[in-house]
Amino acid sequence: MIVRIGRRLAGLLATLLASSFVIFAAIYAAPGDPAVFLAGGRDTLTPERLAAVREQYHLDEPLVVQYGRWLWDCLHLDLGRSFQYGDEVADLLAARFPTTLELVAYATVLFVVLGVGAGALAALNRGRWIDSAVVGATTLAASVPSFVGGIALVALFGVQLGWFPVTGSGEGLAGTLHHLTLPAVAMALGALAVVSRVTRQAVVDADGADHVAVARSSGLPEREVVRRHVLRNALGPIVTMCGLVTAGMLAGTVAIETVFGLSGIGSLLVGAINSHDFPVAQAVLLLMVTCYVVVTTLVDLAHPLLDPRLKSARSAA
Amino acid sequence: MSAVPADAPAPARTVRRARRPVAALVAIGFLALVVLAAVLAPLLAPYAPDTVDLSSSLVGTGGEHLLGTDASGQDLLSRVLYGARTSLVAPVLLLALAGVIGVSLGTLAAWRGGWVDAFVSRLTDVMYAFPGLLFVVLIIAVFGTGMTTSVLGLGLAFAPTIAKYTRSVALAERAKPYVDAYRVQGMGGARICVRHLVPNLARSIAGYLVVLFGEALMSLATLSYLGFGTQPPSSDWGLMVQEGQSAIVQGALLPALVPGTAIAAVVVAFNVAGVHLADRLGTRR
Amino acid sequence: MLLDIDRLTVHLPGTARPLLADVSLRVAAGEIVGLVGESGSGKSTTAKAVLRVLPDDAAAHGRVTVAGTDVLTMTGTALREHRARRVAMIHQNPRSALNPVHRVGDFLVERLVHTGDHDRRTARDRAVELLDSVGLNDPASRLRQYPHEMSGGMLQRVVIAGALAADPDLILADESTSALDVTTQAEILALLRDLGRRRETGMLFITHDLHLAAAYCDRVYVMYAGRIVEHRSGHTLFDHARHPYTRGLLDCSPELGVSRPLRPIPGRPPSLADGSDGCPFAARCPQAEPACEAWAPQATELPDGGEAACRRLPEAAAATAGATAKDIP
Repeated sequence: MIVRIGRRLAGLLATLLASSFVIFAAIYAAPGDPAVFLAGGRDTLTPERLAAVREQYHLDEPLVVQYGRWLWDCLHLDLGRSFQYGDEVADLLAARFPTTLELVAYATVLFVVLGVGAGALAALNRGRWIDSAVVGATTLAASVPSFVGGIALVALFGVQLGWFPVTGSGEGLAGTLHHLTLPAVAMALGALAVVSRVTRQAVVDADGADHVAVARSSGLPEREVVRRHVLRNALGPIVTMCGLVTAGMLAGTVAIETVFGLSGIGSLLVGAINSHDFPVAQAVLLLMVTCYVVVTTLVDLAHPLLDPRLKSARSAA
Repeated sequence: MSAVPADAPAPARTVRRARRPVAALVAIGFLALVVLAAVLAPLLAPYAPDTVDLSSSLVGTGGEHLLGTDASGQDLLSRVLYGARTSLVAPVLLLALAGVIGVSLGTLAAWRGGWVDAFVSRLTDVMYAFPGLLFVVLIIAVFGTGMTTSVLGLGLAFAPTIAKYTRSVALAERAKPYVDAYRVQGMGGARICVRHLVPNLARSIAGYLVVLFGEALMSLATLSYLGFGTQPPSSDWGLMVQEGQSAIVQGALLPALVPGTAIAAVVVAFNVAGVHLADRLGTRR
Repeated sequence: MLLDIDRLTVHLPGTARPLLADVSLRVAAGEIVGLVGESGSGKSTTAKAVLRVLPDDAAAHGRVTVAGTDVLTMTGTALREHRARRVAMIHQNPRSALNPVHRVGDFLVERLVHTGDHDRRTARDRAVELLDSVGLNDPASRLRQYPHEMSGGMLQRVVIAGALAADPDLILADESTSALDVTTQAEILALLRDLGRRRETGMLFITHDLHLAAAYCDRVYVMYAGRIVEHRSGHTLFDHARHPYTRGLLDCSPELGVSRPLRPIPGRPPSLADGSDGCPFAARCPQAEPACEAWAPQATELPDGGEAACRRLPEAAAATAGATAKDIP
């Protein structure tokens, strides 16, 4: 068990090192002088700024040293200064990250409840109309890009019906929920198809196991059979898929935050790119990749908790 | 003697594998119409797509403008017809690029095996460990916004999944006796791959690309919406949604919803038709 | 009579021959009754009919009663109660009968709470008693083990403990010992017999091993292609088997201390797609006559109280003659 966790954490570190290096070294792939690129292009260039950038990124030293120093700075939350906003990048991230996390958490709750519910419902009624309805509706929902879905939601519930605010992230719990409902729904809609499909298959597989037939033939109430045997045993693939979708949603906030004018890290990234503010873009990308890799690792580590067979198999190995 | 059904009468618990061909045929017909409309846009469009007429800003449906106008008075129908050109051609280019890279890498990995295979597999794994959208955003951050960068970036992001698919089908194909027969005749590996292996896989891979088309279109539309893709004065559906969004708060929904609906309708049609076509072409899923 | 199956016929749509044809079988309280046949002969389907867990699209005719209650017409709560309290089934593979993610204790407590009258606390104590009664040492710590941490023999004891949880009147043992090694098999068989005697439980013992059935059971039914071909008391079966199929089965298994050539039965049993109105064994039978192909099998009573369904038995010829004489006025 410990060996397994250690191996998984080593993999996590390796992935993080590789992706952070790619994100760092990207400045050298950009056309022209990396210092000019980092400083936001030639248009607004001043010698002082150029010097500041060279100093911050240690551009006069060998690449590996630059990367090492940059990584060291990143670990100490010294992410440089935004040329667009004039603030410390770390402060920008700290100010905006909570909104993104709230949005992703809200959307996760929605797609887990609705997606797993719909998938289980389809699986337990397979072959009937409700099954086809779930598959059809979720496939349709997945065919609409989240920004289009978001705008349709704004048009209908925000402008026409006036039930929800159109932009902003709100104050307090009730305000936040009120403001984030439409964006969270828009993000969750796209995830419903894949989550409900995986759930459906997992539940069908679990329902076909011998011990479930045995439990049924021993007179256990159907509700208990479904809850304790079918759904419980289907959890593995469902948890994995929900984890992957949640991790991927961090990248998805890029579009949704723009639609709803939320100031999270997704809209920060879009703004940074459109204004050539590469240090900010770099920091946001690094943060998103880190979250993605950490979440997927956590999901993987959670697996043995769901299936005791894995626990002993892995610890024996 | 009593005759009772042995258990509650339930219909056979099987789900139809493929959608009814009716739906697929409708979808294919719709897509054919959309392509035709894009090709004939200059003939069909009632206005030039860039005719600005501020006096008829945000006009509703009917009258002189069938689908209304946007904030600068441009005819939405004309813009959607012209926008279809970029929105439909760009995913094709993207998939062509991704297809060339992916099929080459996948075939190479399957054919050579050993460290080449290990290297390609590791490369695709690394790409998988990274949300594709973030990779594209990094590329755009470095190389600047624009349709070319977007297509190139997404092409690279889509390549690993195609490589993975190609590798799996190519491995199965390589095991077939005809490959050995050509080898015995002294034909070189590259020649067998290019002349026989890949052509034999073409149907199956084409089906896979069709399934990816909807996702490619959605990804490109998202980039354009964010301002990373098509740059004005060119236009496509994603950019139109972005431009039309500000009119929503004024109660004019059409400028954003018309191009948005166009994206959704084409993606839905492609997904419905794609699943059917992939089944017909023998694509593994 | 505890279990009474009367002329049960089960049909699946799209098949030529029925899964079960005219199966009649009885088990009395405290009795061990064997049901023997090759795989596909309908042994397990018979057991499933008793629990009413036949395939959704199967059509069943005839009667299955347990303690006087008709099983085939049961629905809802009555059916659940029937499965929970009156009949318990012990399957061939204990490993696939237990949910791998639950502890042994969870399995027993679940049975006790939902099929018995226990609450969680008393169920725990009862579970320890049950594990003790099936001969598992240190039962309290067994409760905390997962199925994959136990051997097949231990698991089968757990499954038996689960079957006993609701104190059933009838136990269906479907190849319950076939997957175990010989010494474990003997222990489990002794345990089952012992438990049955003590609780006056009837047992339908399903196996493909005719020798085992003949030695272990009070009475034995032999099935072939969905039909009962012979029904005898255990001790008469060895030496006085009357149906050619039963004799064939005995001839093709080796016996300790007897040196004789093994004679496999030629051919293979008919599949569900082979429908014929005649004796299903005729094609493989060494004594078959052309008329057997057209003879609808019928059980004939034997002088010792058993039954066999073969046209060539002298008793069968007499019965047919008698019936024909009666039919003609």
